Amino acid sequence: MTLLKRGLSRRRVLQTGMAGIVGTGVAPLMFTKGAWAQEFCNNPTGDTITIGLNVPLTGAYAEEGADELRAYELAVKHLNGEGDGGLLNVLQPSALKGNGILGKKVAFVTSDSQTKADVARAGATRMIERDGALMITGGSSSGVAVAVQGLCQEMGVLFMAGLTHSNDTTGKDKKRYGFRHFFNAYQSGVALGPVLGQEYGKDRKAYHLTADYTWGWTQEESMKNATEALGWETVAAVRTPLGAGDFSQFLTPVLNSGADVLILNHYGNDMINSLTQAVQFGMRDREVNGKQFQIVVPLFSELMAKGAGANIKGIFGTSNWHWNLQDAGTKAFTKSFGAEYGAPPSQAAHTCYVQTLLYADACERAGTFYPPEVIKALEGHEFDGMGNGPTLYRAADHQCMKSVLVVRGNENPTSEYDVLNVVQEVSRDAVDYDPAIFGGDLGPAEPVPMC
Amino acid sequence: MFEAIFLQFLNGLDKGSAYALIALGLTLVFGTLGVVNFAHGALFMLGAFCAVLFRQLLTLETVTIDPTQLSPWGAPLEVRAPLVQAWFGDFGAVLVNYSVPFSIILTIPVMLVVGIAFERGIIKHFYKRPHAEQILVTFGLAIVAQEIIKSIFGANPIPQPMPEAARGAADIGIWLGMQANVITYPIWRLIYFLFAGVIIGGVFAFLQFTTFGMVVRAGMADRETVGLLGINIDRRFTIMFGLASVVAGLAGVMYTPLLPPNYHMGMDFLVLSFVVVVVGGMGSLPGAVAAGFLLGILQSFASMTQVKAIVPGIDQVIIYLVAVIILLVRPRGLMGRRGVMEA
Repeated sequence: MTLLKRGLSRRRVLQTGMAGIVGTGVAPLMFTKGAWAQEFCNNPTGDTITIGLNVPLTGAYAEEGADELRAYELAVKHLNGEGDGGLLNVLQPSALKGNGILGKKVAFVTSDSQTKADVARAGATRMIERDGALMITGGSSSGVAVAVQGLCQEMGVLFMAGLTHSNDTTGKDKKRYGFRHFFNAYQSGVALGPVLGQEYGKDRKAYHLTADYTWGWTQEESMKNATEALGWETVAAVRTPLGAGDFSQFLTPVLNSGADVLILNHYGNDMINSLTQAVQFGMRDREVNGKQFQIVVPLFSELMAKGAGANIKGIFGTSNWHWNLQDAGTKAFTKSFGAEYGAPPSQAAHTCYVQTLLYADACERAGTFYPPEVIKALEGHEFDGMGNGPTLYRAADHQCMKSVLVVRGNENPTSEYDVLNVVQEVSRDAVDYDPAIFGGDLGPAEPVPMC
Repeated sequence: MFEAIFLQFLNGLDKGSAYALIALGLTLVFGTLGVVNFAHGALFMLGAFCAVLFRQLLTLETVTIDPTQLSPWGAPLEVRAPLVQAWFGDFGAVLVNYSVPFSIILTIPVMLVVGIAFERGIIKHFYKRPHAEQILVTFGLAIVAQEIIKSIFGANPIPQPMPEAARGAADIGIWLGMQANVITYPIWRLIYFLFAGVIIGGVFAFLQFTTFGMVVRAGMADRETVGLLGINIDRRFTIMFGLASVVAGLAGVMYTPLLPPNYHMGMDFLVLSFVVVVVGGMGSLPGAVAAGFLLGILQSFASMTQVKAIVPGIDQVIIYLVAVIILLVRPRGLMGRRGVMEA
């Protein structure tokens, strides 16, 4: 009232105020939902955002890497409103509009991680610092995932892990900026154990050959726990170098060890080579301790099964997802991927595609690319329609909790892709566990480190 | 226990076969031309890719669309039919089944030409240069060969199936009067061992019983004197380089069913093979063969669970440990000539 008495009319106050608002550039923010003043690494200013794809195109996991790359390209296409939309049509709930993310077109840069942690970190650093990547994603080695996840935490960039199965990724090495959709070794053991007990009995002697890095160690530990709980004896657990190629020197001792089950804690080309060579050694034709000798591959993929050919028939393992499931999400993704590339997607491709969509959806729901808000949108998020049934992104460790598939090499394949049968879908509740058992600390989301 | 030891012995012979074959070629080149050939692993790899190429040619397909059937993603099904079977019927199927052994026919001339081209094109210019320069240029040559293969065939291993008759394991225990399934060993690994024996025997016979071989051996002992007798020893040594390339290539071809070839496979064997040559004695052909088998057997025994329980990880270092001991105690190697590698 005093101001008005001095000759400043209400109209003058409003005019001055509006001029000040417009002049200081605050106006656009007033009308933008969730606009954050904070600066963060690679805060996008143009009409495009860039994501960094860190996949192994060479090395022991190159087949998975190539399929992951195909899936990312498809996900970007769908996010940008091209193609048939894929899983955008079935994700529930969904904030995705098919016009990019928050109205910005999605672009990507790639780096060959070579399945080597140091190369992967260098590639991720380059994509963040030089190419302005806002989010890093990729697989297929847990050693690589743990290394890149740590880097992303330091740089304040979100890491949406591709195929990584070690307990450590969301266990002792978990990070606030890292999220994993793929299941883990502990869940493989819990899902597979009862099926093995039912098929092969309680009195078995197991010999482990294990890839000598974080994934192999946790896979071996989880399978030991699961099989020893059944009453099986662990005869030996032998570590093999990643990419060993010729496993004959590791397989020969199995023959006279008294073991009647060989558990191959190998993945990718290592698994193809070790399984093929084990079959060449006549292991599947042997009888030991009065029982038929068996081989178990705890983590299976369609690409590995295809590479191993007939050797895979009848062998048990677990999978995160399989293209011949009959839910709407799986059908939509298989149709989209198959039409684009002429082959069904692998579980590696599926998890990478889903991770890209989940990141985009979280940004839309948060209304910003500001990482701490995107993290909040992902933590504790419940969704469905992505092919794994109802799924929870657990806030305590950033592990997706969902059902796990027990699969078996198809005895009578009808096509080159029909290599695995889903034996059992183990429910989310059955593979649930206390996140505290693996220790680790997520660390803070804020203050956001600047890259 | 006997069974375990016998199996490891077989495994050692199998590993040793590959080491011996590659080391034999390396020693042939060093003994004749005096060149430390770091491209030798690449020749092993090129041989393996001759098998890959041969199979790819044999498995070229015609693709037709069958609108009555649908793929898992709802598109009309592509029906693929191998051309070679369409042309040759059952014989075509046999060709595909035995593609690895048949690819030897392609590999021999290809590797001979590649070897001679390597030698005439590049290596001959480095005969009188220091070993360090020879190593650099041949290493560079290996990288170029790798990158060419990578650009054509990609970076991923390409599995090569063995003939159906050679799949599975032979029950060696029964041959030795034991019960069934006591000692079994993969048939193709036994074939590889026998194949290595034939190649090694053939090279030795060629050097020992032919006039050409006699001249080469004389040239290895005293190059100048042989030259003074009016013999073109350089031409013979060039042919020996080609022969060493063929040996490496054949070793690669027959190894493909055991380990799917990739562009990098030569490098994986190269370091081990140099160790074999050093242990056997630089320039000694019998030394290379003996050391190849010896180190293969030692490595195999070192991987026994009982041995690793005493010295963990010994299987990964045993070969290098032996090399260090040999270099300290007998620098010229097991069968090397006095004075070679000795101060």
